[in-house]
Amino acid sequence: MLQEESDLALIIAQIVQKLKGSNLYTQLERQAWASLQRPEIKLESLKEDIKEFFKISGWEKKLQNAVYSELSVFPLPSHPAAPPEHLKEPLVYMRKAQGSWERRILKSLNSMCTELSIPLARKRPVGEQKELLNKWNEMGTDEPDLSLFRPVYAPKDFLEVLINLRNPNYENGDSHSFRTHLGLIQVPLKVKDIPELKEFFVELGLTAGQLGVDDSTQVPPELFENEHVRIGQKVLSEQDSAAAQQYIRQGSPTALRAELWALILNISSQPEDILYYEQLKTNVIQHDLLVDSLIYKDVKLTASNDDYYFVFEDYLYQVLLCFSRDTSVLGHFAYSSASPPKSYIRGKLGLEEYAVFYPPNGVIPFHGFSMYVAPLCFLYHEPSKLYQIFREMYVRFFFRLHSISSHPSGIVSLCLLFETLLQTYLPQLFYHLREIGAQPLRISFKWMVRAFSGYLATDQLLLLWDRILGYNSLEILAVLAAAVFAFRAVNLMEVTSLAAAEAVLADLSTLKVMPLLQIFLFATVT
Amino acid sequence: MNTLMDVLHHRPGWVEVKDEGEWDFYWCDVSWLRENFDHTYMDEHVRISHFRNHYELTRKNYMVKNLKRFRKQLEREAGKLEAAKCDFFPKTFEMPCEYHLFVEEFRKNPGITWIMKPVARSQGKGIFLFRRLKDIMDWKKDTRSSDDQKDDIPVESYVAQRYIENPYLIGGRKFDLRVYVLVMSYMPLRAWLYRDGFARFSNTRFTLNSIDDQYVHLTNVAVQKTSPDYHPKKGCKWMLQRFRQYLASKHGPEAVETLFSDMDNIFIRSLQSVQKVIISDKHCFELYGYDILIDQDLKPWLLEVNASPSLTASSQEDYELKTSLLEDTLHVVDMEARLTGREKRVGGFDLMWNDGPVSREDGAHDLSGMGNFVTNTHLGCVNDRKKQLRQLFRSLQGQKKTPN
Repeated sequence: MLQEESDLALIIAQIVQKLKGSNLYTQLERQAWASLQRPEIKLESLKEDIKEFFKISGWEKKLQNAVYSELSVFPLPSHPAAPPEHLKEPLVYMRKAQGSWERRILKSLNSMCTELSIPLARKRPVGEQKELLNKWNEMGTDEPDLSLFRPVYAPKDFLEVLINLRNPNYENGDSHSFRTHLGLIQVPLKVKDIPELKEFFVELGLTAGQLGVDDSTQVPPELFENEHVRIGQKVLSEQDSAAAQQYIRQGSPTALRAELWALILNISSQPEDILYYEQLKTNVIQHDLLVDSLIYKDVKLTASNDDYYFVFEDYLYQVLLCFSRDTSVLGHFAYSSASPPKSYIRGKLGLEEYAVFYPPNGVIPFHGFSMYVAPLCFLYHEPSKLYQIFREMYVRFFFRLHSISSHPSGIVSLCLLFETLLQTYLPQLFYHLREIGAQPLRISFKWMVRAFSGYLATDQLLLLWDRILGYNSLEILAVLAAAVFAFRAVNLMEVTSLAAAEAVLADLSTLKVMPLLQIFLFATVT
Repeated sequence: MNTLMDVLHHRPGWVEVKDEGEWDFYWCDVSWLRENFDHTYMDEHVRISHFRNHYELTRKNYMVKNLKRFRKQLEREAGKLEAAKCDFFPKTFEMPCEYHLFVEEFRKNPGITWIMKPVARSQGKGIFLFRRLKDIMDWKKDTRSSDDQKDDIPVESYVAQRYIENPYLIGGRKFDLRVYVLVMSYMPLRAWLYRDGFARFSNTRFTLNSIDDQYVHLTNVAVQKTSPDYHPKKGCKWMLQRFRQYLASKHGPEAVETLFSDMDNIFIRSLQSVQKVIISDKHCFELYGYDILIDQDLKPWLLEVNASPSLTASSQEDYELKTSLLEDTLHVVDMEARLTGREKRVGGFDLMWNDGPVSREDGAHDLSGMGNFVTNTHLGCVNDRKKQLRQLFRSLQGQKKTPN
């Protein structure tokens, strides 16, 4: 009992500490001072009266949402004496692997830099600044020569690193035995099995209504949809983050989605936020970074070629260029296994006082990175709001998809979860694919790294991301990947090569996500 | 990718007729029609894909005349409010005969932009924008001088139309919608609306500054293809379903319902305006391609109606849309005489008007509350045509086996 109490006290102290530095605190203070003018605030019962005032005016709700947001994002401390690295990643071998991966990336970036003799960063001449400012809303029309730039890495390079991960405390030997995994991932992490997933995703069960299933044309809206929309509107009017997160597990109505996501992510567009974005924009105008070219190249290669996202090309530049200069993103490295790459001012290599994080937000984009932003353009049209939502999605979820960690939502766990599900519940298929040299993970990896963006139809993707927000977990990506394989199992059993297997799974744009998940989790005989 | 040939060849029991053989069905060119229709005898069952004088609807100057006349008639019969429902066509003047009327309107609205379009050409050819009278005076002189040399070539008719300066933009780009309407007869008026269609995007960002940059303003794929920015991989089209979802997530379902029912209004009124003028031959049917522009207030405007919408596919998705469209057109034309004639839906086509409004089967209520009848249309909605066709033909077969 005492241990729990002291844990709780620790958590509370940490959250209070964090919130004290936030804008919300200042606002609450200001509101409290202003409330003294009000007739219902009496000196004798000052504390209670102010609390009551906060409750009525909605400020308590805002505070609740902020606390909930902190709880969702920050991991709970395992032990008061645990060093900060443990918060990032408790397993030493994972930390080491992530470290060496990061060194490889940075080396690749630096060598590209030297090869092309382009500085990592340079100040733009005034003429160029003016030009860029004029073109800000249509940067897509620019056609700079990007032929010499290569993406720093692609998902398949990352997959090779993950395949070679080994836990030094777990002796497998080089020979295959009962204890080696049949899949590509060879580290023993704990992943959920279907009974546990059924419990975790209980709201997706067959007896509960779902958007993505029960809003199809044949189902009369009175059965589920109308009531669900009504509840959604109520949740929005109450402005309760936790309720919204619970609500969205059954999917979000199209018209309410933008607001619901903003509520769950605790994003409200305050004037300070808009100003902050404008400041970032100024940084982009004034300085040119090497990563900018990488971003351009990525957008041109991926989103611009997509049948649906090409329209939003300009928004992607406006978000990603600002993102790479946003130092507030560095905050997420406290709970990410990754660390921001360091670079040194010219001539001062190794001297810590001259070290800077590069890029300023510490995130080096890889091939396909812009696809994290593209679906959001469907929902948000105001650049600073779009930016905030993307940034929050990144520091809560997306960063886990390209860093090596033992977190249950980390890409390593997702890969292992996928392989385990397939192996356990579709052993014949798994074995067949393995025999023909088509390890399933080689195909599904790119889906999971991109959170299925660009592979599913947009409306289906948004229904999937609804559940990511609702369950505050990326595990659903692995479950969906397994469900897709299960769905196409008959065709896959007939293929005889990796290329043929890829072809069967090349086009996911007609898939309906929710029925697939429901069938796999709740309607398959286990 | 020739969609038409593929569909016709694949249709069971259909054989292509060579040379001068007798035919039962002809998907003809409008030029063939002009030359041959009047002296071609057709048996009762024969079908041909155009109405003799379709140009009453599809040539911009005739359409304007017909619409103006229809509007006046509506005003006389049903009042100003009803007539105002015909205000979906930007103010248009025929040139050169209505030049003076145009100048009057021009002077009433200084500074706005106008667009000059040839009546008969398609694919964006010959179109330009202007703001000053001087611009068209110069153009008049140019066309006049070239005509002096060749007197036997008739003066090409143009229309000057008010340019819609506040188009709805997505991603900073202008777009227009292509919608397919199938008319089986004019007397009585029977028209079907196809659920699929697409939004065609301009390749460049919209700005009123560059009137000379015709690539910005003209969204036909044909013109876009010649723009230096054009990359064929981009395939600058969105299916209507995607467009409808995008709008719904931005403006809510009610606003979208209103917009789409306003579009229904455009289709029906435009057809009604030429109903009495078009020679309604029972052999004829026509598949029209409507071009619609949406402005920032979510008001739809009719740009033009095409009697021969392009059937060439620009991508795999486009190919599937057009082949499905053509297959379903042939199902509705029903050379095989399978349908009862009481169907309200055939594949992706919904019966929109049957000598009167057609109600939706599930009796949905009018969300907009504006007194627009809730037509049996599902533009931009789910098109599960294969399933519907299976069910339809299965039940038709069943009916045939057990005659009453």
